[in-house]
Amino acid sequence: MVIRPANVVVLGATKGMGRAVARRLAERGDRVFLLGRDLGELRLSAADLKARSTGPYEVGIAQCDLQRPETFGTALEQAETALGPLDIVVVTAAQFATQDRLEQDTDLAHRLLTVNFANTVMFCELARKRLIARGGGTLCVFSSVADERGRKRVVLYGASKAGLSGYLEGLDHRYRHAGLVTVCVKPGFVTTSMTEGLRRPPFAGDADAVAKRVLDAIDRRKPVVYAPAAWAFVMFWIRLLPRFVMRRLDF
Amino acid sequence: MPVVQGAELRSEDLARLTEDLPLARGLGRAYGDAALPAPNDRLIAGTTLADRILSFDPDTGVLTAEGGLSLDELCRLFLPRGFFTPVSPGTRFVTLGGMVACDVHGKNHHREGTFGRHVLSLTVRTGAGDVVRCSPDEHDDLFHATIGGMGLTGVILTVTLLLARVPSMAIVEESERAEDIDQSLDALKSASAQWPMTAGWIDCLASGRHMGRGVVFRGRWAEPNEVPPSPRSLPRNLSVPIDVPGWLLSEPTVRAFNALIYWRYGVRGRSAIVHPYTFLYPLDAVSHWTRLYGSRGFTQYQCVLPDGSGRAAVTRLLSVLTRRGGASFLTVIKDCGAEGSGLLSFPRPGISIAVDLPMRHGTQALVDALNEVVIAEGGRIYLAKDALTRREHFQAMEPRLDAFLAVRRKWDPEQRIRSAQSVRLFGW
Repeated sequence: MVIRPANVVVLGATKGMGRAVARRLAERGDRVFLLGRDLGELRLSAADLKARSTGPYEVGIAQCDLQRPETFGTALEQAETALGPLDIVVVTAAQFATQDRLEQDTDLAHRLLTVNFANTVMFCELARKRLIARGGGTLCVFSSVADERGRKRVVLYGASKAGLSGYLEGLDHRYRHAGLVTVCVKPGFVTTSMTEGLRRPPFAGDADAVAKRVLDAIDRRKPVVYAPAAWAFVMFWIRLLPRFVMRRLDF
Repeated sequence: MPVVQGAELRSEDLARLTEDLPLARGLGRAYGDAALPAPNDRLIAGTTLADRILSFDPDTGVLTAEGGLSLDELCRLFLPRGFFTPVSPGTRFVTLGGMVACDVHGKNHHREGTFGRHVLSLTVRTGAGDVVRCSPDEHDDLFHATIGGMGLTGVILTVTLLLARVPSMAIVEESERAEDIDQSLDALKSASAQWPMTAGWIDCLASGRHMGRGVVFRGRWAEPNEVPPSPRSLPRNLSVPIDVPGWLLSEPTVRAFNALIYWRYGVRGRSAIVHPYTFLYPLDAVSHWTRLYGSRGFTQYQCVLPDGSGRAAVTRLLSVLTRRGGASFLTVIKDCGAEGSGLLSFPRPGISIAVDLPMRHGTQALVDALNEVVIAEGGRIYLAKDALTRREHFQAMEPRLDAFLAVRRKWDPEQRIRSAQSVRLFGW
């Protein structure tokens, strides 16, 4: 069990689901430290969290860019210096682009695959070592429901998330005994600025509802959580679809 | 039925988004076309993801936040800390930017004025593309034109305002029944002399001797020692799951509903300690209540009749409404206090009347007839609720229009910011 207030690092807290998760953490009194690309944005989000926080804590920030792995180590070091030993590390940052755009722009596709898989995994490796070194902790990483089946509309994005989910499952099996809890979050369609302009499917959720489920999963040490909850049901059926059906479906 | 085609694009980075999209839309609670794109425009900037609190000083109560922060969120965060919005409209599902743009007023207007009175400064993305900080001391023309300016001077990126301190999380509410329009107005006036929050509800279908019968509500924040140890919790939210067939909200059902409200508040009135939401946001307790009007929907009409025009004016307006069968579900009256500093701010000393109007064949003619009464009495209408007023009517009731348009032209020389409403009422 995590003792509260917990020391939490969030990578990707300035926007979307990361913003919602960080807000819920701060509002319940956890000590939050923000990592992200843009220092100006980080400062504004830190001010927001401080105003919402129920604890007397400052919200620290440090630059960390998933496109630049050399920033990972120092960012986590800064977080640990500010907070003390880390209890929870949350990663919500990722890239998204439509399949059509990724097919047209090879550089973008390469960047997305690198950021969402290789670099996110490298960040998690550093975080995992710090968590285990202090006797354990929780690593909560946002993957996607796109990881479960190869689908026409998310071939590349889905592949990057499939790799990430596979990694997280492996970590769980290998290090649970050492005290490491991994939480793999699989959001379905969530209306955030990342999905702005896309057609809204049924069962679309909002960021705050996702955040609520994520905190619950962290507290209850659940290795996989679908959000909104209806997506667990949707994905159950999608997993069962035979390939000849998937080939015909356009989603 | 007027239909506006358009789409909304949202981003946390409102400053960047509004470089290309100069018209903003918040939570979409305006009853008219104020936050709908002008003809030939299609996209507008949704502000609701730009919702960060940028600073709060508990010693002074000064809050700075991004324009998309909702009043609901503000209440949730600050009411437990003893702070509340200084002025509240009838719903908490509005954004700070929208509250400034409409210069909203509430049940405490006779004491606290409009929302704009409590705004210290703004940052605005103007039509010319600049991000400008404005306040009563800095670019005051932009500041006063933006308060109540319906978003036409620029997108409101951040708002700095002074929150009000409240002694508890409960309101003492009293109600009193009035048997006709004279009694209603008297009760409202005498309540406002003593109480910080007042408003009246009127049964708009009662005619003849009973015209204007209703219930007057008055309230004040409860002192800590008045609040029972287990504070009143909110009743469970109800929801209207689907569009209700149009016939349901017809004259007989409205009549029955009105009678129910009227008889519920007994002759001698009642007093209770209630949750602030129960007193301030009764309609928010029913999610999607607008579906009661069916798929054709409804609009609102709100006007203020100046003190000078007297009670007869109120009677004249109500009789136009009853004669034309404007079966309004809710008719609300409020005595307004001093005029605000916003160049197009709605309230002025007098009686404000707000009615729901189901959209149907005769609604345009009804609004025209109501506007003619308002013009004759020297009153004006509230743009946040207007969907149907004609340009010539608006110009006749708004002598401040030229001053507003001059400021608008200065900060938006290319006339990039247009809404369906601004094109309808101002021509651009």
